[in-house]
Amino acid sequence: MLTAHRLGKRYGEKRVLRGIDLALPRGGFLVVTGPNGAGKTTLLRICAGLAQPTEGTIERDATRAQVGYLGHESLVYRELTAFENLELYGRLYRVAERRERIGMLLERFGLWDARHERVASYSRGMTQRLALCRVLLHRPELLVLDEPYSALDEAGAELLDAQLAELRTERTVLLATHDPARVESLASGALALAG
Amino acid sequence: MSYFRDVGALARKDLLLELRARDTLPAMLLFVAATFVIFHFALPGTPSRLETTGLLWIAILFTALLGLGRAFVPEREQRTMDGLVLAPCDRSTIWLAKSLATLAFLAAAEAVALPLYALFFHSIDGTTVAAVVLADVGICGVGAFLGAMAVATRARDLLLPLLFLPLAMPIVVGAVGATVGPPVVSSPGRYLGFLALYDLLFAVICWASFEYVVAE
Repeated sequence: MLTAHRLGKRYGEKRVLRGIDLALPRGGFLVVTGPNGAGKTTLLRICAGLAQPTEGTIERDATRAQVGYLGHESLVYRELTAFENLELYGRLYRVAERRERIGMLLERFGLWDARHERVASYSRGMTQRLALCRVLLHRPELLVLDEPYSALDEAGAELLDAQLAELRTERTVLLATHDPARVESLASGALALAG
Repeated sequence: MSYFRDVGALARKDLLLELRARDTLPAMLLFVAATFVIFHFALPGTPSRLETTGLLWIAILFTALLGLGRAFVPEREQRTMDGLVLAPCDRSTIWLAKSLATLAFLAAAEAVALPLYALFFHSIDGTTVAAVVLADVGICGVGAFLGAMAVATRARDLLLPLLFLPLAMPIVVGAVGATVGPPVVSSPGRYLGFLALYDLLFAVICWASFEYVVAE
């Protein structure tokens, strides 16, 4: 699903990634760890197709429509409601039976009652739950998740655990975290970036 | 058809955001109204049509610039551009939707500006309205394109006017030529044709190259 060879990235004079090799087969679950500034986010952005490497090559066996990316930002509009945000992304991703899918995700992540409230009024945890709904909305083949547990309370984290366990057998997951123990049982491989 | 459905969804989002936040349109309305009031008192006596035509286009251009400067603010502040860029739709839909939303705001501002111009200075004829419509298309198309370029830079507030104003000069030339009319300009239709050609040319350029503006 995802193969990288001698991947590197520079921003001007600053080198943020160097010589990364990775192979993530379909159905694999790769956990990326490393200290702050090690290049985890840059690597995940390259894998999602949001950034281009300056060295090496990457092959991704997934179209844009098949990638679900969760970054440090929720990628939702604060002045829109949760439902409006998901409706917008659902249209752009041409999600079949969009409203039913949105309703199901909002229910699952505990946001149904707040679906018509603007995201600006949400807590960070609720916004992160909405971001997860956005990522899963179009049933992506490849999930690229950058610190998905950040800002989630224990209930939210358990919800995400359950969701990842459910997806584990049928989706490919690339996940960056500072807490690899949390996903140890799901992981099929690990990549530690030294920084 | 799915292309235009995507444009519709994105433009609707921009209009909804403005309806909720009310950041752009009130500022544009206030700016254009204040500009005409200032011009009215700054020009004693009865200024000629030639002079006031120039003022009309200065006011429209800078009002548009105000709106264009805000066009990509939600995407910048809420970092949502990544979400739009990752979506499987044609990336030029982002540009077209922004252009249409900005066009709507500019048209609303002009709905106030043109009657004010008529009240303070001279009447508005059909040719002027046609020139305004054609100029708006060019201003919003080119401006949204440059806005997307500028928003990715640190000097975004400085960069947009620096890029936009030189490219808007042909619009001003065409618009003033069409609006002044006889005896200064014998055939305003030629200037309207020039504006239409500018719109078409830059629409094609922006549509074809927007992909490279938003991709890293």
